[in-house]
Amino acid sequence: MNIIVCLKQVPGTTQVKINPETNSLIREGIENIINPFDTYALEEGVRLREKHGGKVTVVTMGPSQAEAALREAISLGADEVILLSDRPFAVADTWATARTLSAAMKKLEPYDIIICGRQTIDGDTGQVGPELAEMLEIPFVAYVSNIEEIKESYLRVRRMVEEGHEIIETTLPAVITVAKEINVPRLPSLRGIMKSKNAAITTWTINDLDVSEDMVGLAGSSTQVIKVFFPQRVSQAEMLEGNLEKQVDTLIERLRGANLC
Amino acid sequence: MDYFFTDEQKTIKDLARQIAEERVLPVRAELDEKEEFPWDIMNELGNSDMFRVFIPEEYEGLGGGCLELCLVVEELSRVCSAVAVSYAASALGCMTLMEYGTDEQKRKYLPDIASGKKLGAFAITEPTAGSDAGNIKTTAEKVEGGYLLNGTKQFITNGGEAGIYTVIALTDKTRGARGASAIIVEKDTPGFTFGKKEKKMGIRSSATRELVFKNCLVPEENLLGKPGHGFIQAMRLFDKSRPGIGAQAVGLAQGALEAAVDYAEQRVQFNQHIINFQALQHMLADMAIQTEAARALVYAAARHVDSGAKNVTEPSAMSKVFASDTAMKVAVDAVQICGGSGYMRDYPVEKMMRDAKILQIYEGTNQILRNAIAVNLRKRKARTA
Repeated sequence: MNIIVCLKQVPGTTQVKINPETNSLIREGIENIINPFDTYALEEGVRLREKHGGKVTVVTMGPSQAEAALREAISLGADEVILLSDRPFAVADTWATARTLSAAMKKLEPYDIIICGRQTIDGDTGQVGPELAEMLEIPFVAYVSNIEEIKESYLRVRRMVEEGHEIIETTLPAVITVAKEINVPRLPSLRGIMKSKNAAITTWTINDLDVSEDMVGLAGSSTQVIKVFFPQRVSQAEMLEGNLEKQVDTLIERLRGANLC
Repeated sequence: MDYFFTDEQKTIKDLARQIAEERVLPVRAELDEKEEFPWDIMNELGNSDMFRVFIPEEYEGLGGGCLELCLVVEELSRVCSAVAVSYAASALGCMTLMEYGTDEQKRKYLPDIASGKKLGAFAITEPTAGSDAGNIKTTAEKVEGGYLLNGTKQFITNGGEAGIYTVIALTDKTRGARGASAIIVEKDTPGFTFGKKEKKMGIRSSATRELVFKNCLVPEENLLGKPGHGFIQAMRLFDKSRPGIGAQAVGLAQGALEAAVDYAEQRVQFNQHIINFQALQHMLADMAIQTEAARALVYAAARHVDSGAKNVTEPSAMSKVFASDTAMKVAVDAVQICGGSGYMRDYPVEKMMRDAKILQIYEGTNQILRNAIAVNLRKRKARTA
């Protein structure tokens, strides 16, 4: 079984600071980690391989530092890793990211299943997975909490919906995004870590993919970040003064004034 | 303090810490309360290759030695000493095999220990043979088709849980300790059952159990090394394994010290954090000094063992005695610093204090080990006289 897992390196904190001039995250001094949701995708991919044989290929798009995330993926069981890294890929929105990833998937054909985390903890959009499936014109299932059955050209999964779950059958190849309920990701192994230290990381640039510069990165993005800011904290609480009777009177007056009683 | 570890040793230590914090910490109180063997954690350690650390590469290990084992044990024990000893006992159970086994024997048993599929256990202690380990009664009579084992082993760590047991039994009962031999016995061998599961003061989630042999026939090829060498093999084994108990003690002391500092930093009395009081500061400083000194001695002893030195009895015994006495003292002081809260089971230090006591008792009581050290002092004096 040819399994592809997409993952992203993200800042290992939710306490990010923003540079107001460039509208980008200040990454200095913040440790990068594999997007936590993607660790479930990787674990599921590795489990599928352990059960059915085959190969797990991990793909990420990012700067050269993202290599660290790929090495970690190897220590967690990935067989092969590919870094999509080139200047034209930078500042991509979800659409352009999915476009770049889909070009890489074309190159990795034939594959049976592509597994992504349900969303990232930095962008939080949850869009790249479905967009990727659209671009590849293959089926897509989101929020998968269990792979019930997988065999040649057939997949049955349980996906989480607001009240309960759905069982979905589909053909393969397909893209799924997984919820954290699907498994408990393993810790790395010593042999995995040692292997990861010397493993070769394949890097693909724009020249390796069948895309033009205007399809990827900032140029290929259909959305643009105008401004990133922290919402201003507005406190409108007012303390009522006076004795209890006076406070009640004032409160009733205010509520009447606001047409609330 | 920098102990000049290799990258590989650092990796082992870091991963052991990660496992301890992510997988052991959330369940340690529950494991202790329920006295439940930590199989989930053992499997996790297996998946992370932790049992490969002390096995040679040709038998699917990573080729580490005493020091690497100590690093894992220390990190596990910093969080839970019971988990640490269950792990370490698997190493103890196969060290005689690694030392004296034939290639065929090693090929048969070591890969399963390395992967964590099976745990190991070592069995010498009996009701009549504790410190007086030579006074064992279990027999392994040579019969057609192998050895027939009869007798009872007591207080066996990993008893009932391990798949592979190294058992010291008398192949020649007329010769006493000189008639003892080391024999591998696999779980589920007919005639081999498990007796009483002990209820302990500490390290409660570790398994301590009787092994009962009743006409248990094991094949002749399960004998390790030469018949009659079992007692000396066991003594040499403990010489090499004792820094591991030292490491368990260092980890426990470190955990207790950290818990005491955490508590002293947040506990307020007389309108201030109690860590501001010099009485406490000096206690904490002493705990830190003793723990670090124990750590340095344990690493030094482990490195001495790994150097292949011929006689390691002294440094090995010293590291075990000093570190275990330190762990006991540091754990008691940690409870003192945490006061009434420290005495309660909601806080981790009372468990550490209970867990610490066994370190002064097993793998040679600290009194027996002081004897061994003194014997060496006298021998040296006699040689130079």
